Amino acid sequence: MNSLKESFERKASEKRAGFIPFIVAGDPDLATTGRLLLGLSKLEPVAIEVGVPFSDPTADGPVIQRAAQRSLAKGTSLAGILNLLKSFAPNELAQIVLFSYYNPIFQFGMAKFARAAAECEVAGVLVVDLPAEAAAPLQEQLRRKKIDLIFLVTPTTTNLRLKQIARLASGFIYAVARTGVTGTARELRDESESLVARIHALTNLPVAVGFGITNRAQARRVCRYADAAVVGSRLVAEIEAASGKATNRAEVVRAAIECARQFV
Amino acid sequence: MKKLWSEPNEQGFWGDYGGRFVAETLIAPLEELTREFHAASRDRTFQRRLTELQRDYSGRPTPLGFAARLTEHAGGARLFLKREDLLHTGAHKINNALGQGLLAARMGKRRIIAETGAGQHGVATATVCALLGLDCVVYMGAEDVRRQEPNVLRMRLLGADVRVVESGSRTLKDAINEALRDWVADARETYYLLGSALGPHPYPLMVREFQKVIGQETRRQFQAREKKLPDVLVACIGGGSNAIGMFHPFLGDTQVRLIGVEAAGKGKRIGEHAARFLRGGGGKPGVLHGTLSYVLQDDAGQISNTHSISAGLDYPAIGPEHAFLRDSERVEYVSVGDAEALKGFEMLAKMEGIIPALESAHAVAYAVRLARTLPKSKTIVVNLSGRGDKDLASVQPLVGKTKKR
Repeated sequence: MNSLKESFERKASEKRAGFIPFIVAGDPDLATTGRLLLGLSKLEPVAIEVGVPFSDPTADGPVIQRAAQRSLAKGTSLAGILNLLKSFAPNELAQIVLFSYYNPIFQFGMAKFARAAAECEVAGVLVVDLPAEAAAPLQEQLRRKKIDLIFLVTPTTTNLRLKQIARLASGFIYAVARTGVTGTARELRDESESLVARIHALTNLPVAVGFGITNRAQARRVCRYADAAVVGSRLVAEIEAASGKATNRAEVVRAAIECARQFV
Repeated sequence: MKKLWSEPNEQGFWGDYGGRFVAETLIAPLEELTREFHAASRDRTFQRRLTELQRDYSGRPTPLGFAARLTEHAGGARLFLKREDLLHTGAHKINNALGQGLLAARMGKRRIIAETGAGQHGVATATVCALLGLDCVVYMGAEDVRRQEPNVLRMRLLGADVRVVESGSRTLKDAINEALRDWVADARETYYLLGSALGPHPYPLMVREFQKVIGQETRRQFQAREKKLPDVLVACIGGGSNAIGMFHPFLGDTQVRLIGVEAAGKGKRIGEHAARFLRGGGGKPGVLHGTLSYVLQDDAGQISNTHSISAGLDYPAIGPEHAFLRDSERVEYVSVGDAEALKGFEMLAKMEGIIPALESAHAVAYAVRLARTLPKSKTIVVNLSGRGDKDLASVQPLVGKTKKR
């Protein structure tokens, strides 16, 4: 059974645009993250990416960096995030993909991490600084628990590497729309469409496109040639702004869900 | 010469350490860099150009001198100084900047980015960019900008765009984060000139190769002078480039003790020091800045802040080859705190007329401590990796205070 695969298939059969929101766990706090996950799940996204905060997020732009800092200042850890996920009833949430840097998982221990992630029904794991050639130890543990390891593919990925990655990948492939860190405001170049075409030529796996999708028109355009659009920094910025203004957490959740709704 | 045995495999691993833990976007640029580096290593024209510039521009070979008064003061083993502080720009960093600068030019990249801690690597990079007519951007943590101000001015005079990094602990670690973010945005046009023997493959290997000249010269000079090899080599270690450059040509000579000196800062608790190998200090294997090595971190894998009086040693990870050499016990790793380093700083100034960089002062202090315990027949070479002009402002309030203790 492959839950991410099924989620993409269900979306396709219902002819909905594929949407994957990304939030940083623990921003503004873990309790609010729980409410955000429930609210986002009601929008029926193909998956939700849950960011594990890291002290040195070299692949992230300022918006997600600040969110990670706020989260770490609240004491958020991978263990805490897994505990939060465990508190939900089976099928209460959309498919969860944990989005992390390698070191928190490395310190947690691969086998222990795979077990804990399986217990809270995590469907996939994406490790931004773990390229395909170094992924075997983690992937082996995740496979035992039927959790997909999601790989990133970028405009700089050669076709030869793309083939290797396609062989290892399961769940879906995450195509990075452009070079650069997350969230920096720049127009999507045509690179992303030709990259998705290159991926589709090599594998039947669904392809999600992310990094820099900030409005509904962009998401719609991406969904013409890809299977889902990932929206991260836009949503995280909304949470940041609402946390700064709002007097209670319910308002933060409401603002974030409203923002997310435009992408559905 | 004996066969060298500390070499990485094709993926850049020394045993368990090293590798290439970066976002997919950087894999292709790193593969290109690896190919180009190996091609340049075999290119005689490139090597000749590098040797010429080392001689005519940076001032190689640097002297190896006997430190008579320091030796007398210690009252034990004889102390020698390898004078990398006499190089153009005042530190060993120029060795690597020159090598990589030429490589960047050979690759046709016109925009160079670099990180810097103490500012020595930034100055060396800005210098080489001026020499070769390349654009230069240097990332430097706000805390380091404050404590190494003369170097900021130097870089700006050399035409570099110095970008102050305000994120995280605002030191070297955060400067590397920003440089990586810059590189990931534009790796096709930009060359990342990393300054220490760390980061993703091929940097730890490449930086070592460009710094190996220190050990090669030392070996030749010491043999010519003393008709034997030294008994002990001592070098300070932040990321570890001056130490690996000094040690590597001696790895096969197992009778030569190799000692790396980390910064013990002001205490043993995490956050108070930068000693990755210190027992009970919080350093353990982990992944930071694209390489697997010893990293100061908490139990959840979040990277710790560090402290050292010297900006160049104030970094939570150590180059992967050092991790390998530590586990294999070929190199001994010790640490020296702020106060003892300051004593070394003053001692070398007063007794030898040399003001060392605070980084190098850690090695001086340890060498004196060790010399006291060894007989006069023994010899110690200290790698004096840099000079101390840049540190004058930050030691001003502290100098003299250490005397009374």
